[in-house]
Amino acid sequence: MNDECIVEINGLWTCFGETVVHRDIDLSVHRGEVLVLVGGSGSGKTVLIRQMLGLETPTRGEVRVFGHSLQAAEPAELARTRNRWGVFFQGGALFSALSVFENVALPLRERRQLDEEMIRDVVVLKLEMVGIEAKHANKMPAELSGGMVRRVGLARAIALEPELLFLDEPTAGLDPDRSEAVVKLIEALHRELRLTVVLATHDLDAMVALSDRVAVLVEQRLVAVGALSEVVAKEHPFIRNFFLSDRGRRALQAAKEPLPGIARA
Amino acid sequence: MPEAAALPTNAPQLRQASAADGAVRVELYGVWNLAALEQRLGELKPQLTACARDARSHWDLSAVTMLDHAGALLLWRTWGRKRAPQLSLRPEHEALFEHLALVPDRPAPPESGDRAAPLVGLGRGVLALVEHLAGIVQLLGHLLLDVANLARHPSRIPWREISATLYRTGAQALAITALVGFLIGVTLSYLSARQLQLFGADIYIVNILGIAILRELGPMLAAILVAGRSGSSMTAQLGVMRVTQELDALAVMGISPTRRLILPKVVALGIALPLLVLWTNAIALVGGMLAAQIQLEIDYRFFLSRLPDVVPLANLWLGIGKGAVFGVLIALIACHFGLRIRPNTESLGAGATASVVAAITVVIVVDAIFAVIFSGIGLTR
Repeated sequence: MNDECIVEINGLWTCFGETVVHRDIDLSVHRGEVLVLVGGSGSGKTVLIRQMLGLETPTRGEVRVFGHSLQAAEPAELARTRNRWGVFFQGGALFSALSVFENVALPLRERRQLDEEMIRDVVVLKLEMVGIEAKHANKMPAELSGGMVRRVGLARAIALEPELLFLDEPTAGLDPDRSEAVVKLIEALHRELRLTVVLATHDLDAMVALSDRVAVLVEQRLVAVGALSEVVAKEHPFIRNFFLSDRGRRALQAAKEPLPGIARA
Repeated sequence: MPEAAALPTNAPQLRQASAADGAVRVELYGVWNLAALEQRLGELKPQLTACARDARSHWDLSAVTMLDHAGALLLWRTWGRKRAPQLSLRPEHEALFEHLALVPDRPAPPESGDRAAPLVGLGRGVLALVEHLAGIVQLLGHLLLDVANLARHPSRIPWREISATLYRTGAQALAITALVGFLIGVTLSYLSARQLQLFGADIYIVNILGIAILRELGPMLAAILVAGRSGSSMTAQLGVMRVTQELDALAVMGISPTRRLILPKVVALGIALPLLVLWTNAIALVGGMLAAQIQLEIDYRFFLSRLPDVVPLANLWLGIGKGAVFGVLIALIACHFGLRIRPNTESLGAGATASVVAAITVVIVVDAIFAVIFSGIGLTR
């Protein structure tokens, strides 16, 4: 891991009318790391991710991805940047009119350089990686279970071999088994493709398993950014509630390194 | 200038060298990922194929700085879907090739074309038509049961929904029906006036306009506009409610979706459309009257006093009655298609289109049936 910044957020404010969602946020994501963005429901995680994707413009401040400012980027430059990242949306956001295969093939087809056989192989490979068998490839998204929709969404997100992967709540609404499978999958993808991952979640187990660094978004601010052990040591009511509750302690016992105040399982 | 110098240093490239034992040594270097390969795929492919022809070639990937699945897949395919027998690569790239063995050689073959396809298509079409008819009859049955139920418990009649739909489909459609009605009235009057002048039968413009507008054009115009405007929105609304499981939520609360959603629409459109027909009739007649005054110099006071003498009142009632029937039919068809929408975007669009097309077709067919049934009424004194 080196210190090259893939995503940089400087002095970001978001206001919806009178409501302030983000107040003066600074955050940087380094190459090769998994940054987990945690915070309660409605704390603005999804909005922050959407701003990193250029889908929403912050009221004030700047978001730079791969060194380019998203706000000032030319359309062509923005399109180039967008080809370097993969995005997984909360609900999967599969194209409901296209089959599973076509969903994953779509970003590849858009590039217009690859022949059909190569596209087929890449799609089958990506589906294989997320554990979707080839026989499901012709199904429509409406015929899939929630877990499968997520896995196909992930396959589509990594179809273009992105350097940067945004994941918004990849485990929300899954049973613990499936949720663990998705976490393992993200872990494996991160290891094999050496991706930079930005992950928004309030799933403690996913956070413990995946995070290199954790950013805690509470009451419009980032109250703590750092390795899990540093964040847990911070004195803040939300952090104490979130990490050091009974449920939090159980999840933290699975951490890779010993954490202050947490007994190892 | 050698070709390699013209390329950026990290472009994917390969070099052939002969090893001591006479075998060819293929050295790959640069970045072999999707973004870099795309630019040079056309060039690299023949080179790779040529190198792969000699099975004894030694492939050296240790100078490849970046490799991803697309790059690995390209090489894999060049080697005939297996690992090259003599291969050296960086340890971190090893994992990429492990997955490739899992990719099946051939996908499930696509369904082949069937010679009986047109016949099968025809059969499917007929079955779909029968299914639609059965669905609409079923819906109508549900509605009748609801009406019977509501007759016993009048307090449960959904007045609010009915009045809201009445406003949306009726009051908000006044402007568009007025515009279209006025223009049709003007056009019809102008065209007829030209012909009537030839025979010196100017005075009969009142008969033509009166009968045509009150009996046919007014109801048809209003029905077609409402089918396009309100029918499609009803289908889309029910379709989205189906997609977002709102219909299921209603059902599990013990609230009948037909009573709460469909009955108010059918009742409201059954009331709104006859009123719109009356409105369209009036505006179209005003348009026709204006054109007659300009073209034939028939005074509007004369026009108005002659109208009730030459056009039997039955025509007006027939037109309004048709309006009520059309309104109920449009709402029924729109709701029927709305309930059949599958949870995907394409189905939503197709459903809305099918609903409008079916509603307009049915309106025209029913109008023709009415014309036959009532041919003896209102045309002669």
